[in-house]
Amino acid sequence: MVSIHEYLMLSAILFSLGTVGVLIRRNAIVIFMCIELMLNSVNLSFIALSHHLGSMDGQIFVFFVMAVAAAEAAVGLALMITFYRNRESIEVDDINMLKW
Amino acid sequence: MEKLFFYLVALVAVGSGFLVVKCRNPVNSALALVNTFFCLAIFYVMLHAPFMAAIQVLVYAGAIMVLILFVIMLLNLGSEAHKRFTHSLIGGSIMGVLMLFLVFFFVNRGEPTGMRGNITDGLVDKIGHTELMGRTLFTEFLLPFEITSILLLVAIVGAVILAKKEV
Repeated sequence: MVSIHEYLMLSAILFSLGTVGVLIRRNAIVIFMCIELMLNSVNLSFIALSHHLGSMDGQIFVFFVMAVAAAEAAVGLALMITFYRNRESIEVDDINMLKW
Repeated sequence: MEKLFFYLVALVAVGSGFLVVKCRNPVNSALALVNTFFCLAIFYVMLHAPFMAAIQVLVYAGAIMVLILFVIMLLNLGSEAHKRFTHSLIGGSIMGVLMLFLVFFFVNRGEPTGMRGNITDGLVDKIGHTELMGRTLFTEFLLPFEITSILLLVAIVGAVILAKKEV
């Protein structure tokens, strides 16, 4: 029987990997994928705790997180396409039009 | 046996998660991310949540990853050729290790509450996970469910307006 601690540890490792990816990568799409990785690690800890506590609420939350992630993917990728059309680049270093 | 399987799948999940961060080509990162999603789906099955596993494969590995791969290929992104040194590599690694240490510390020191609800593994196997999910979603969480539909509508409109020609 796998205990709740091991699932939480795994979730923490995946979340930290996602954080490092967001901080060190410059490609906007890779940053986006790292955010998806972080969302998924949180989903894993939600479902593990829901199983541990014998409740359905955590899995409903995962359902809503997935809906928000889908909306985020649609809007975020549309933003990237628009940005690429204007600047011919997807690097976050080049996204400085709002800088003063 | 279950523990061995867990560690094997966890190793694959962490390894492909590392590849997502490390790969120079975004397509390779996307494929590694699909691998991580499948590993998470396996964990959901092990946690007696088969409906969530199916949704994980359908929505994440299916829809969202196809969208990301579509955009990568539409923009024709290659590998990052130039390798500039930035301080973000050191800073990001330190932050990641710090965060890992913090979470490990709190998970090891704390104990999840023992107050159990009434959903047991036997009940899930008897009634069915999808039916339990549906009952909770359409009674207790009906208002958030309706708000989610508005959120998705707004996202559709926003994506269409952003992707128009003149912005």
